[in-house]
Amino acid sequence: MFKRAKYHLLVFFAVIGPGFITAMVDNDAGGIFTYSQAGAKYGYLPLWTLLPITVLLVVTQEMCSRMGAVTGKGLSDLIREEYGLRTTFFMMAALVAANLTNVMANFAGVASSLELFGISRYFTVPLAAAAVWLLIVKGSYARVEKIFLFATILYVSYIISGFMVKPDWKEAALYSVKPVLMLDPGYITMLIGMVGTSVAPWMQFYLQAAVVEKGIGAKDYAESRIEVIVGCVAMSVIAFFIIVSCAGAIHSVKPRDINDATDAALALKPFGNAAYLLFGAGLFNASLFAACILPLSTSYTVCEGLGFESGVNKSFREAPIFYWLFTGLIVIGAGVILVPGFPLVKMILASQVLNGILLPFVLVFMLLLVNKQRLMKKWVNSRFYNSVAWMSVVVLIGLTLALIVLSIRDLLR
Amino acid sequence: MAQELLYLTELLGLRVYDLKGRVLGRVSDAALVPVIHPVRVDRIFIGGGLAWLTISQDQVQRVGLDGIFLNDENLTPYHPDESMLRLERDLLDQQIIDAQGRKVVRVNDVTFEVASEEGHDVLLIREVDIGLRSVFRRLAQGVLPRRIIRRIQSRIAPNSIGWEFCSILEPDPQRRLRLNISMSLIEKMRPADLADIVEELSPDDREALFEAMEPEIAAEALSEVEPEIQTQIIESLETERAADIIEEMDPDEAADVLGDLEEQMSEEILEEMEDAPKAEVEELLEYDEDTAGGLMNTAFVAVHESATAADALEAVRSQPDLTDGVTTIFLTDIDGRLKGVLPVTRALIARPDAALTGLNPEEPITAHVDDKAARVAELFDKYNLLALAVVDEEGRMAGAVTADDIITLLRRK
Repeated sequence: MFKRAKYHLLVFFAVIGPGFITAMVDNDAGGIFTYSQAGAKYGYLPLWTLLPITVLLVVTQEMCSRMGAVTGKGLSDLIREEYGLRTTFFMMAALVAANLTNVMANFAGVASSLELFGISRYFTVPLAAAAVWLLIVKGSYARVEKIFLFATILYVSYIISGFMVKPDWKEAALYSVKPVLMLDPGYITMLIGMVGTSVAPWMQFYLQAAVVEKGIGAKDYAESRIEVIVGCVAMSVIAFFIIVSCAGAIHSVKPRDINDATDAALALKPFGNAAYLLFGAGLFNASLFAACILPLSTSYTVCEGLGFESGVNKSFREAPIFYWLFTGLIVIGAGVILVPGFPLVKMILASQVLNGILLPFVLVFMLLLVNKQRLMKKWVNSRFYNSVAWMSVVVLIGLTLALIVLSIRDLLR
Repeated sequence: MAQELLYLTELLGLRVYDLKGRVLGRVSDAALVPVIHPVRVDRIFIGGGLAWLTISQDQVQRVGLDGIFLNDENLTPYHPDESMLRLERDLLDQQIIDAQGRKVVRVNDVTFEVASEEGHDVLLIREVDIGLRSVFRRLAQGVLPRRIIRRIQSRIAPNSIGWEFCSILEPDPQRRLRLNISMSLIEKMRPADLADIVEELSPDDREALFEAMEPEIAAEALSEVEPEIQTQIIESLETERAADIIEEMDPDEAADVLGDLEEQMSEEILEEMEDAPKAEVEELLEYDEDTAGGLMNTAFVAVHESATAADALEAVRSQPDLTDGVTTIFLTDIDGRLKGVLPVTRALIARPDAALTGLNPEEPITAHVDDKAARVAELFDKYNLLALAVVDEEGRMAGAVTADDIITLLRRK
């Protein structure tokens, strides 16, 4: 009995990585801003959304990792094989555009978080871009993944700064389980933003490819599923502490809008320099982490789907398109941050629109694929799971479409 | 014929005309029947939905960009047939192995040569297209006229693989037989190249390859594959087949593979193995993978210390499995205790009747079966060894570690 448990524990550590990393990168610069904003403006009220967000994340992520484990193929591979080149091409084009703006947002996060420490962005952004490029190109995937896993530990800084702010824990606990709906347009917009951005197209592609890359098979699937769930829960815990920090530091003093995530960090200053610096360091870590994963995952996904050679284990000559795409995403993504007056906010809104257009296709293809007996054998969705999955997908698509409308409205303003 | 080439993307959707020049329908797929002809398109299908009609290759008079013109209108209804390779369904967008380029590629398009046979046109498969040119052709098909696409694409560098170098992956063994898929291309590859390809495939395709290849070749390839994938492959095979392959591996590698399996499965496989290799592998399984015992091979060349050069060479000859890698002859006493080591070349260039002791054998350097693998690697480095004797508790020689084992060990760290 004990031996069996030990075996499962060993397998669990062998499969740890893909699910955890994907969920944590969901808390990138954009995610941190969304949660900070929610806490700053509405205090503890939005906390209840974290529970449904976790469920949505688990349901979508679980299906992807299952498909990866059973078929041994990435999501873009499967879409290509089942739905042809043209469908894949348009999805990949949208993915590149959406992820490019995500990369920009995260390099912007790197820039502004390090400016908290008084270092100029003209110094930090090129340095960060070069570091990201070298890390991925010169390292093997196995080593890079270890570094990524270490980066997920650094998210703990948000938990510590959350405690330093000394928020009202009783209220935080209460509103975590008590849904509050108000017909305030700002509040509804915020809810849509929180849930609508929680599941992004790139995550599905990245997770499935990472599961395949790690060689997780159908046999280890039970452990892999636990890893996915643990990752999603951990992501929500971090989000909880970000919201609570901002609720305690900003909302309880005076509710207000914040301009960016560094704004939230600054508001933590009265609670001690450590809280403020930890929040800033957390933002830096999350931004840099996402700036690594997004270009890598995008190039992988695109090259796999379109049938070009890919992989950091190949040389530049063997996989030119892979490397050019990867390099281009980093150079453009970091470069625009240094351009004075670059309309970053508009780009991020545009990225939300693109992500929103892409997501329904990705999710529907996923559900169709995961139900194909030929591919999934006995691992197709059960009827109950299918109804939960379809409901989640419908909710997500609905909220995403609402987000598109809101983003377009803001874009035109 | 104005142009002698036709692409599958162009063929699909091409109009088919009857004797009076009326349109009968559009091409929806075409098929090869490898048992009839290895490269000639045998059937073309027209119609949509389920009501397809079959055009046999001899009913076609002329094929061109302007359409397909028949010489016989008696078409038969489509019926599924396991012995045909449907190009759109089974080949387009799927992965195949490029035996010449030694990689796994995804099929973007297929190039036919339009040839004349007994006074009518036939389509012969010439190459499989990968790369940008075929991507463009696929995307533009149906958007731009076929002739304009041809003009534009001629500016893009082609990237194709001759059909004779393509090896199709078919997981179903029955169908593999009916499609006449030969393993000879794959079996001619170097084991290390083959292993790289295996690592890129999905679990189903890996299983298919290892079911179909000759056990000896499968064993050589399996030795080169990453340990986790080795385990996955063996687990997917029938016990008997797994035993056939493991028997052919070097005992030390066989023991490593079996040691990574669950106990019950490795016992079942051992059960199926022939007595001689089974005994050697079982002996090696006693040792921890991370010790000299786990690294060593139980097959080595040892002769009595009083032997002559001719005896030594005879001993080398008697171990045909080892011949490729023998570098060292071990001299032992009557109890199997090591007395000296001699490079095999010295025995080669000596007179046949020369006593080995007269050829200046070196003082033996040995490792104990329980010595740590890292310690063994140190010895190799310090004394520049090609082979190292491993001795048991009583000082008897139990096996030998060779330099290639050390290279593998160091690379896996």
